[in-house]
Amino acid sequence: MHPPNATSVIEESHAPDMGSLVLTRANLLNWLLLLLILVCPSAAVYSDEPNLSSSFLPHYEPDHGGAVGSSQDGRLHVFTVDYGYVQIPCEVTLWILLASLAKIGFHLYHRLPRLMPESCVLIVIGALVGAIIFGTDHKSPPVMNTSIYFLYLLPPIVLEEGYFMPTRPFFENFVSILWWSVLGSLLNSFGIGLSLYGVCQIEAFGLTDLNLLQNLLFGSMISAVDPVAALEVFEEASVNEQLYMMIFGESLLNDGITVVLYNIFIAFTQMHRYEEIESIDILAGFARFFVVGLGGVLFGIIFGFVSAFMTRFTHNISAIEPLLVFMFSYLSYLSAEILYISGILAMTACAVTMKKYVEENVSQNSYTTIKYFMKMLSSVSETLIFVFMGVSTVGKNHEWNWAFICFTLLFCLIWRALSVFALFYISNKFRTYPFTVKDQLIISYSGLRGASSFSLAFLLPVNLFPRKNLFITATLVVTYFTVFIQGITIGPLVRYLDVKKTNKKESINEEIHVRLMDHLKAGIEDICGHWSHYQLRDKFKKFDNKYLKKILIREHQPKSSIVSLYKKLEIKLAIEMAESGMISSTASTASLQSCRNRRVHRLSPAEVESMRDVLAHNLYQVRQRAPSYSRHNLPRDTNEKQAQEILIRRQHSLRQSCRKGNSLPWGGPASTMGVRCLSLPHGYCQPARRKARRVTFTDNYSSDSESVFPVTFRPQPRLRPLEVKHRQEELIPVARLDRLAGQSNLSGRRGNSVNRVDTLALMTKPRFTVGEVEEYESEEETEMMAPARPLAR
Amino acid sequence: MGSAHSLPAEMRALAEKTGFTSDQIEHLHRRFKQLSRDQLTIRKENFDSIPDLEFNPIRSKIVHAFFDKRNLRQESDGLADEIDFEDFLTIMSYFRPIETSMDEEQLERFRRDKLKFLFHMYDSDRDGKITLHEYRNVVEELLSGNPHLEKEAARSIADGAMMEAASICVGQMGPDQVYEGITFEDFLKMWQGIDIETKMHVRFLNMEPIGHCY
Repeated sequence: MHPPNATSVIEESHAPDMGSLVLTRANLLNWLLLLLILVCPSAAVYSDEPNLSSSFLPHYEPDHGGAVGSSQDGRLHVFTVDYGYVQIPCEVTLWILLASLAKIGFHLYHRLPRLMPESCVLIVIGALVGAIIFGTDHKSPPVMNTSIYFLYLLPPIVLEEGYFMPTRPFFENFVSILWWSVLGSLLNSFGIGLSLYGVCQIEAFGLTDLNLLQNLLFGSMISAVDPVAALEVFEEASVNEQLYMMIFGESLLNDGITVVLYNIFIAFTQMHRYEEIESIDILAGFARFFVVGLGGVLFGIIFGFVSAFMTRFTHNISAIEPLLVFMFSYLSYLSAEILYISGILAMTACAVTMKKYVEENVSQNSYTTIKYFMKMLSSVSETLIFVFMGVSTVGKNHEWNWAFICFTLLFCLIWRALSVFALFYISNKFRTYPFTVKDQLIISYSGLRGASSFSLAFLLPVNLFPRKNLFITATLVVTYFTVFIQGITIGPLVRYLDVKKTNKKESINEEIHVRLMDHLKAGIEDICGHWSHYQLRDKFKKFDNKYLKKILIREHQPKSSIVSLYKKLEIKLAIEMAESGMISSTASTASLQSCRNRRVHRLSPAEVESMRDVLAHNLYQVRQRAPSYSRHNLPRDTNEKQAQEILIRRQHSLRQSCRKGNSLPWGGPASTMGVRCLSLPHGYCQPARRKARRVTFTDNYSSDSESVFPVTFRPQPRLRPLEVKHRQEELIPVARLDRLAGQSNLSGRRGNSVNRVDTLALMTKPRFTVGEVEEYESEEETEMMAPARPLAR
Repeated sequence: MGSAHSLPAEMRALAEKTGFTSDQIEHLHRRFKQLSRDQLTIRKENFDSIPDLEFNPIRSKIVHAFFDKRNLRQESDGLADEIDFEDFLTIMSYFRPIETSMDEEQLERFRRDKLKFLFHMYDSDRDGKITLHEYRNVVEELLSGNPHLEKEAARSIADGAMMEAASICVGQMGPDQVYEGITFEDFLKMWQGIDIETKMHVRFLNMEPIGHCY
């Protein structure tokens, strides 16, 4: 047997586990060193520079400008330092870099991400930076004020959440999600606000100057959840889809709702005369809530369509496609804000609407760019917010009041649990998939607070809220508590409760069954005259296909998800084969060359062209489908090891097929697809431990009883559990023709199998890039393989 | 509208047998009358009068399922020519949502029944196995709404799916073993992780007798 390269590849992947400890230790050291290096200059920088006023613009006072070239004593200085000019960007960049380094270190050590969410790291870094700033008595740059937060820091986070939302599960659970997030936020805000107001009435705590409005406002602020950490945990534990969607949907809508409430309450507070708030104002408040909410969504949808329409025409300048996407989303946010409508909801709706059509239209590169850039922007925003949160922790703007803070914490937990159980009890009556108590427990426990509540607290106008510091402190305490304690314990809790897992495997069978079920349900509902949201979805799809897609998508070809999945699996295979064909070219290039020459001339250029076309076209259309969400990472598309695995299996079976059944009578025109006997260079291994399982499949054509024509399938076992993050456990065996009795002549069979052409079409026929077609010799046989006849298309 | 079907005793018997409430039975009865144009039985042609069903790719399979004697729990085999209200209800009962009052065993049986219904839809020649040919048929029908798709794409998809099924259901096989088709047990295995109870249900809660048969 040849030294198995594949096994060595696979064994190599074991190696990191053992050598990783050494590796990570070294890396950790490196990281620490780097961190120190970075921190020192920034500390030095902080302590060095004079106390500048915190302004944004480079402040070119006349004497300052003079000082660039000359010093106090009138000489020309060769080397001067002017830190003030770059202070703000420099510090911001340093913060971001620091946080990124921390993240790198965080992920290097394998066990850490399982223990705690990434937000913890960010907060720690922020606290560190804050400590430095505080220690050096430096005035931190004003990264956070109202306009900066709402105009620059918040939109990327919102956009990213909206864009990466998995649409189908979202809309399937839409009513539940809406019910839960809207009512949940309202219930939480009012509940916490009112209970705190009750507590404030007690004289002993010294809080009587907090009136009802302020408490309500605080309630709305503190009920803004940020469950990114919870989502990461869920994803890792592969919890069932409904649970995941509830939390996800809640986080999506919750931001918008709390900001709306926040603004309404601030508006109320600004109507100075508290006693004059009549019921008419309260009604107006309600109405405003709805107008703001729904108006935002409407805005977003309109902008989404416009932007999708624009991308239809960009095929010549694909470089501006990402620009269009981002600018239009941002514009939707801004124009909604002009009218005091919820920009967050507008942006979310825009992203959701736009995504489907934009994905079809833009080129693959643009699509990747959009994804990565979005993740990057939102990461940066979040980092800045968390760092700033850390900075203000170690600051002077605190007011500690035991009662307020403890009760806040208590009420947050209590009201969340209450709202979860109450609301889900009601919504379970209407759901076919009721949420169990376990699910509800998890949901109530995953109410982590984060950047949004802190920002809202920080941005309170001091003149209206003399006790702003108290609010900030309380918010910080709640955030720290939820992020650290709840964030760390929610993982074990999920595993302990053994929540129902999802079983999403990307298998063709499942896709077919689900499809069948969809149609079956729709049919039955038609028959019994029942109108449900299912048919709504059906009708929307029809409308979509008929009108929207024609307008918004470039060359529209209706696609089926089954076909997309199948093509995707095939394309992935093809790509991997192509890639590794280039990688493993170790041995016998000479024989390779000769084989190649002999082989390639069989295929006509036209066929090559057509195959390339088809491949490129399909590559363009296929996207990732599994729902997953992580603010800090994009899901990986292919795992290296998985690629190798598929490759090996494929290659093994193809080898068999090429060995035996080349002269295939492909007869009938319509049922053949181009098969190219793809084989790999000579040195590529056949791992000895792989046993081929042959499952022979009989296709009983009813007419001819004696012509039971066995076709052999070769599903290869997956002997190693693949560490694929997103459950892409497909099995792509390859059928090959087997002979009934030894070496019977295939062409002889041709006579009675001419009408079995479709059986023969069982050889699955992905279209491979031709460049990598090479022949190789099987190690078990010394005879040269008969070259595969190029099959007519 | 004859009152022959709405005797309370009969209703109770039907409710017993199929598990519907009397309200639901009444609704369905009205619908049945619409479909059958006030006759006592329905034939295949009556289903043609439902406009929306035209666009359903697996239309013929659904209609067949109504007349399939295996679904009607009759001893004989083959297709019935016409069905009456009781049969109609029997078929509809496969789509009842799960009730919280069910115990383990009932749930299991429920699930099995639904899967059996589905199995019969695939297995059109009624031999108890889903062969490649039948599977291909299903996939072709599913994708028939898409005019751009070549037939062999559908075929290769079906083949791929069959292979997957073989590997799931059978596991290790000897070199010359023949995989005949997916039996019901294999089918159950394939569906093990997926919860069919929540997918295969129709909410009979609020049904308005919409539409009139044209």
